Amino acid sequence: MSDASSLTTVGLPGLLLWAAALLALAVGAVVLDGVLAARSEGAPLRPSLTRVVDETARLLRQRRRAPLSADTLVWRVGSSGLVVAALLMVAVVPFGDHVVSDLDVGIVWFNTMDVLVWALVWLLGWGANSAHSLVGGYRFLALALAYELPLMFALVAPGVGAASLRLGDVAAAQSGLWFVVWMPVAFAVYCLGVVAFSVWGPFAVPAGHDLAGGVFAELSGVDRLLAQAGRYALLAAGALFAVPLFLGGGAGPVLPGWLWVPVKAGVLLALFVLARRALPSVRPERLMEVGWVVLLPAVLVQDLVVAVVVAVRG
Amino acid sequence: MSGVLVDIGFWVLGVLAVASAVVVFVVDSMARATYALALSFVAVGLALLLLQQNYVGVVTVLMMVMEMAVMAVYMVMYMGMNPALMPMSMVHDKRAALAVSVAAFVVLGAGALLVPWPVRRGVPSPDVTAALGESLMGKQMLVMVVVSPVMVATIVGGIVLASGRTRYDRFGDDLDVRTPRDPERGGVGR
Repeated sequence: MSDASSLTTVGLPGLLLWAAALLALAVGAVVLDGVLAARSEGAPLRPSLTRVVDETARLLRQRRRAPLSADTLVWRVGSSGLVVAALLMVAVVPFGDHVVSDLDVGIVWFNTMDVLVWALVWLLGWGANSAHSLVGGYRFLALALAYELPLMFALVAPGVGAASLRLGDVAAAQSGLWFVVWMPVAFAVYCLGVVAFSVWGPFAVPAGHDLAGGVFAELSGVDRLLAQAGRYALLAAGALFAVPLFLGGGAGPVLPGWLWVPVKAGVLLALFVLARRALPSVRPERLMEVGWVVLLPAVLVQDLVVAVVVAVRG
Repeated sequence: MSGVLVDIGFWVLGVLAVASAVVVFVVDSMARATYALALSFVAVGLALLLLQQNYVGVVTVLMMVMEMAVMAVYMVMYMGMNPALMPMSMVHDKRAALAVSVAAFVVLGAGALLVPWPVRRGVPSPDVTAALGESLMGKQMLVMVVVSPVMVATIVGGIVLASGRTRYDRFGDDLDVRTPRDPERGGVGR
């Protein structure tokens, strides 16, 4: 174990500030995605700038409807849980010297929250009592089985590099060299995992157009608002978490540490949003072999390299 | 954490764990039963945090949620003709099952209450997770090291014996087919 980190814990009241940062990043992602969509269609850009407000107002006014015999309890747990999982992820992310909860197993905490998404998305698919939604839920689990183990072993690398699972220690251990520089494979697999658990870009097939929206097919009103917000929030949370994990935490010139964290996360998040239009969809049954035959060995070799470097350096 | 908060946390999580475990057998939906069980395990995992076993507690939640997500798929898949997609009873042989489960609960609960628990001597070690690992595994490390490859070999052997298709089905009698004949194409062009 390395030295105890010197972070100030702000506790639950501070969670509001963390939630605000998460919301700002998520809104930024929605706007950027809208602008890119408008540009590729040659449509005017202005409506996409206010899309968040317009869509929120529309969905809040829309009456909730549910298919016959929908399992409403399970369905609403699924639609409202994604935002909660994203918020719990960022609660352990230090902004400069401050953190909501300085959990000593922060990396495992993040992993647990992203596994919670397995349950939430499948429940979202099940609860609607609609074949399209259910198929979407199963597609997500098929993708999840493929991306989760490589993601887990990608999370191991920074933990081994810093000899700690505490996010503050991991960020502090990068004062010399950012982990992204000498753990590129782990970082790439981590990014792939984040995009996948956010049902985004190439991994958006559980909510695909070919399934009439898949897990989102029957959602309406505030349920749809929460589920969509959860998807963007998860993407933003993954980008925020990458900062202490791989991108040196709050380290950077001129700006204060607490500001560098959202700035770095914003850049990574923009890349995630751009990836949506740059990469083709992945067929769920095809990802399994890629995940376990290519990514898993690659990231295990990465872990081995990190472990050897740490052991040699002493 | 102060003693009162720990007490409140223990009782809330304990009641939640038992109540959601009972719910597993009351509900009529596979999804609800599976995730009621998941909730019960999550409560147990969070209760471990009260012992300062942060790693063990958080990992328990992780493993159990993952396990239940996969189990829901298997339960629906193996239920034959898929009544699992419809409302169905979660109990079989009600009387015997109830008697056995009540007896097991009473025996285990009585054991936990009646056993003469040792009084604490000294202070807990600063890293209780490492201490727990040491006392569980320390002397048995050799056994664990031997058992794990045996377990992996058993799993691989079981899959090989159970699999209907062998490498000769995939690559031909002389194993000279370049692209294997699989019902699903893989993602790496094999």
